[in-house]
Amino acid sequence: MYTQALDIPQQNADAKPLRAVENAAYQAEFDAKVDAGGFIEAKDWMPEAYRKTLIRQISQHAHSEIVGMLPEGNWISRAPSLKRKAILLAKVQDEGGHGLYLYAAAETLGVSRDELMDALHSRKAKYSSIFNYPTLNWADVGVIGWLVDGAAIMNQIPLCKCSYGPYARAMIRVCKEESFHQRQGYDLLLTMMRGTPEQQEMVQDAVNRWWWPSIMMFGPHDKDSVHTDSARWGIKRISNDDLRQKFVDATVKQAEVLGVTLPDPELKWNEERGHYDFGAIDWEEFWNVVNGHGQCNVDRLAERVQAWEEGAWVREAALAHAEKQAARENAGRAAA
Amino acid sequence: MERKEWPLWEVFVRSRNGLDHKHCGSVHAPDAKLALQVARDVYTRRQEGVSIWVVKADNIVASDPDAKPELFDPAEDKIYRHPTFYQLPEEVGHM
Repeated sequence: MYTQALDIPQQNADAKPLRAVENAAYQAEFDAKVDAGGFIEAKDWMPEAYRKTLIRQISQHAHSEIVGMLPEGNWISRAPSLKRKAILLAKVQDEGGHGLYLYAAAETLGVSRDELMDALHSRKAKYSSIFNYPTLNWADVGVIGWLVDGAAIMNQIPLCKCSYGPYARAMIRVCKEESFHQRQGYDLLLTMMRGTPEQQEMVQDAVNRWWWPSIMMFGPHDKDSVHTDSARWGIKRISNDDLRQKFVDATVKQAEVLGVTLPDPELKWNEERGHYDFGAIDWEEFWNVVNGHGQCNVDRLAERVQAWEEGAWVREAALAHAEKQAARENAGRAAA
Repeated sequence: MERKEWPLWEVFVRSRNGLDHKHCGSVHAPDAKLALQVARDVYTRRQEGVSIWVVKADNIVASDPDAKPELFDPAEDKIYRHPTFYQLPEEVGHM
């Protein structure tokens, strides 16, 4: 599961308000509930901006899960053993499941699944830019589990306590399953590191390519972040930079155990801060990929659209069958 | 062709015998049979359940969140409905 704090204002997020009136009494009740660390539920009154922010964030999160199936799915037919193939299948299936939990959570806010799909397919909605990088060798599957899912877990654990009940509950479910993703990745890499020099090189190569994109997953620096409302509303409880630091601190030791080098010459322990310092992030690359110019943006979306369109006849046929069955049952009942 | 979404179903899972079915999320499916199948794939990949209910979301009648005060506040001042309201002599022991 993957999220990225994108902080991109949505161009067109006009969800239909259920109770459009911005009522001062409702607002006060809402604020008090959120300030006290309470939960907002689907049918409760909420400010329109809160609803829109949630739809944007939850749907981007769901899209990331679904698109995230592609880079790894690429390796299912080429997994080196039946065991690894079964594990990878289960993992990719989980990503699909995570997407579905999250779409369901977004739908509680009054937006339809089709609208969400349309937004993804027409590029109105974003997904995590990490999936616009290619998976070039088998070690990439391991590194995605270790670093990409690892970064996602850091991002997601605070969301289990976010103020919107359906999102928080979906995230609890997701986080429970996510640990398997990270561990299977690390286990895969450990196995390769015990192998031939060529296999070890493959792991190092994959780490070199995925390290920076992984730490970009936490989104822009706090000073450049535009969505301060999310913090006030209890949607985002820990800042991008704090989460990124936590991730770097946790990962250094894991890299040592694995026997790989993280590709950052400036990475070193800072006694005074009690944290690892790390080099400057190439934000130009980040925005470039977010804005559609990564290596795989076009392919990923094309694959998504193709899967959706080629599945249309199945969705239509299943519905037609269900309607026919229901009509037959009704006719039978009427005749009896 | 006119686009039409599969209907929404709410999913309830009994995690083991002896416990209630508990709401765990929703799925889209064209009919009840497929709703069960989809719910199984989405919500019980790790033996989370031994029984699933699916209910068409349209068929669920919910209380109005705005009616919370009149529905639930009246119970607030009826503390005599709880056993702890009654102070009994210690000699009585656990009752």
